[in-house]
Amino acid sequence: MSGGVLYRPGDSPVHRIPPQVKLLAAFAAVLGVVATPREAFWAFGIDLFVVLAVWSVAGVPVGWFARRAVIEAPFVLLAVVLPFVSGGPRVDVLGVAVSQDGLLAGWNILAKGTLGVLIALTLAATTQPRDLVLGLQRLRAPAWFVTIATLMLRYVDVIAGELRRTRIARISRGDDPRFLWQAGAVARGAGTLFLRSYERGERVHRAMLARGWAGHMPAGPAAPVGALRWVAGGSPALVIATAWAVAAWPV
Amino acid sequence: MTASVAMHLSDGVLDASTSVLFGAVAVAWLAVAAARGRIDVDDRTAPLAGLLAAFLFAMQLLNFPVLPGVSGHLYGGALAAILLGPWVGALCLSVVVVIQALLFADGGLTALGANMTNMALLGTAVGFAVALAARGLARRSRAGLLAVAFLAGLVSTVAASAGFVVEYAIGGQADVSLGGLAGVVIGVHAVIGIGEGVITALAVGAIVRVRPDLIYLVRTSETRELVAA
Amino acid sequence: MGGGRVAGVSALDVRGLTYRYPDGTAVLHGIDLHVEPGERVAVLGPNGAGKTTFVLHLNGVLTGTGHIEVAGLPLSPDTMREIRRRVGVVFQDPDDQLFMPTVADDVAFGPANFGVTEPELGERVRAALSAVGMAEHADRSPMHLSEGQRRRVALATVLASDPELLVLDEPSANLEPVARRELAEVLLSLDRTMLMVTHDLPYALQLCPRAVLIDNGVVVADGPTRDLLADADLLAAHRLELPWGFVPQP
Repeated sequence: MSGGVLYRPGDSPVHRIPPQVKLLAAFAAVLGVVATPREAFWAFGIDLFVVLAVWSVAGVPVGWFARRAVIEAPFVLLAVVLPFVSGGPRVDVLGVAVSQDGLLAGWNILAKGTLGVLIALTLAATTQPRDLVLGLQRLRAPAWFVTIATLMLRYVDVIAGELRRTRIARISRGDDPRFLWQAGAVARGAGTLFLRSYERGERVHRAMLARGWAGHMPAGPAAPVGALRWVAGGSPALVIATAWAVAAWPV
Repeated sequence: MTASVAMHLSDGVLDASTSVLFGAVAVAWLAVAAARGRIDVDDRTAPLAGLLAAFLFAMQLLNFPVLPGVSGHLYGGALAAILLGPWVGALCLSVVVVIQALLFADGGLTALGANMTNMALLGTAVGFAVALAARGLARRSRAGLLAVAFLAGLVSTVAASAGFVVEYAIGGQADVSLGGLAGVVIGVHAVIGIGEGVITALAVGAIVRVRPDLIYLVRTSETRELVAA
Repeated sequence: MGGGRVAGVSALDVRGLTYRYPDGTAVLHGIDLHVEPGERVAVLGPNGAGKTTFVLHLNGVLTGTGHIEVAGLPLSPDTMREIRRRVGVVFQDPDDQLFMPTVADDVAFGPANFGVTEPELGERVRAALSAVGMAEHADRSPMHLSEGQRRRVALATVLASDPELLVLDEPSANLEPVARRELAEVLLSLDRTMLMVTHDLPYALQLCPRAVLIDNGVVVADGPTRDLLADADLLAAHRLELPWGFVPQP
């Protein structure tokens, strides 16, 4: 798909890391962040530093990430509410008594949720959608997953385009839904869209059969990834994991 | 329907071990769904599922008016289950959830297992269970089918949010009253679920008028032969 | 490239092909068609005559009863894979045909399925894309191509498997005049056996010396395209019509 994708074309060392390495590194990094004890404030500082370092190598401006990180907004709400609704001993913050445990829990969600979304954005900004699927394929994702994901990314724009055209046709004839109960035409449009998608699926399947489809997507050539590239690509995750290990080490 | 807290969980809401646990739950469930949906047996199922996943994805991009100035979008658990069945429906939606997390950072990477469990798996399974239980009503008349689709949409939304409550109880961060949390989360999603139910019912109603043979829930074994030609 | 032609073996031999939909409706009532290597044959007929259904039999996507042989190889479940390599079908809507993320991925799909591996695979992709004049677009998404470019890439996706028989379903549909002419030039440059299903009678005349007319599931006329198009009664009897103002030169 092309519309709304976060990928920012570039040729930085971060862009060039093989997608399977980047995927594993991103998952490992976020898991490291999530596993870090919430009181280890310094560790989150290191994590943020690592993320900033990756951005500077990737050549993606900080402002771009900041704008897109608002996707996390609903969770900020949970983080803000927790100090007031949680139990346990209370502390005074700006004259308001809040739960100490809730305050830490709110901080925990805010810090980890933010770092998590920033790491995921880094992955999305530096990896083409098709390479993400290719990375999953090389990481042995099941054949059905690769097929569904490949076709979904190819056709979501085509289907969204059909959706737009039916919407314009509807508005051209005076439709103006503002309440849910006026949205009947939209939902019936959804029914039509399902039928078109199904029929296109049948035609695509025929076109695939005609070119020898036997149940799995050809993976294409994959140059073997040397140990050095794994280490280089995984180094940010390694630093985050080290910070976690030190923070979680029982003293 | 709306961007809500219990859908698309972010990182840090659940602890690391719970995140990993639900990752394993999702993977195991998908393995069962792939086997029961026979997706690797019939070379036609996966390409069709790909187009239908694109349809569900496009539907999620589309905003419906709820009130003036307030819009939400379908998440499609019950719709997928009624149209595609609980197995292929779950596979399609799980791909949607994974791609949204990877391409749009929508939902945390460590929360992916929990998000798949709630939205792709619980939503379709419960939606289908409701529809199956009321299948007699669905086959009786068009109004019956619409009522069943509405109910499935409503209950599947509530079930997905209940999944979040269970996950929070296992690995949530703060010591909050679970009863209170459940009340708020499930209450909000019951309201959201009404919208989901209305849209599900109207969409199913539009399809049954033209191609009833494509609706997994209502098609009989003979028509399935015909479609699989 | 250039499919290996065996002397004395016809490119396509169809005898007594019949087909019913699963609901019992008969679509094809015994089609006979014989195509020699190097021939370019237009398949004409009104909507619903069974043209597309016929095409889908040539590579076994649909299976009716009767005999089909491609370059000497009879179609059967055992030979299905090789038949699908030998018959390259270009479908009507390039959006159905181009299902991979990039042009190069799509062109590689067929040969990769038929067992071609690198480095030959890359060679095939490059050769097929240059044959249709799309080599510089290899890494683009099909979403970002014009309709004419998509049609040419769709052609490349089947050329890459080096087929013995090229089957085109409505190749000129939805093309602007320039793209339509460019596609004709590409098709004429290929020097391949070709079967072209079309409503575009001038296009049939330009590209195919021979035409067959299918209606109600049987071949009702078979001869030089010029003669068929000159027979106004025949055309009228089968809901075919030359565009206004178009007079085939004698």
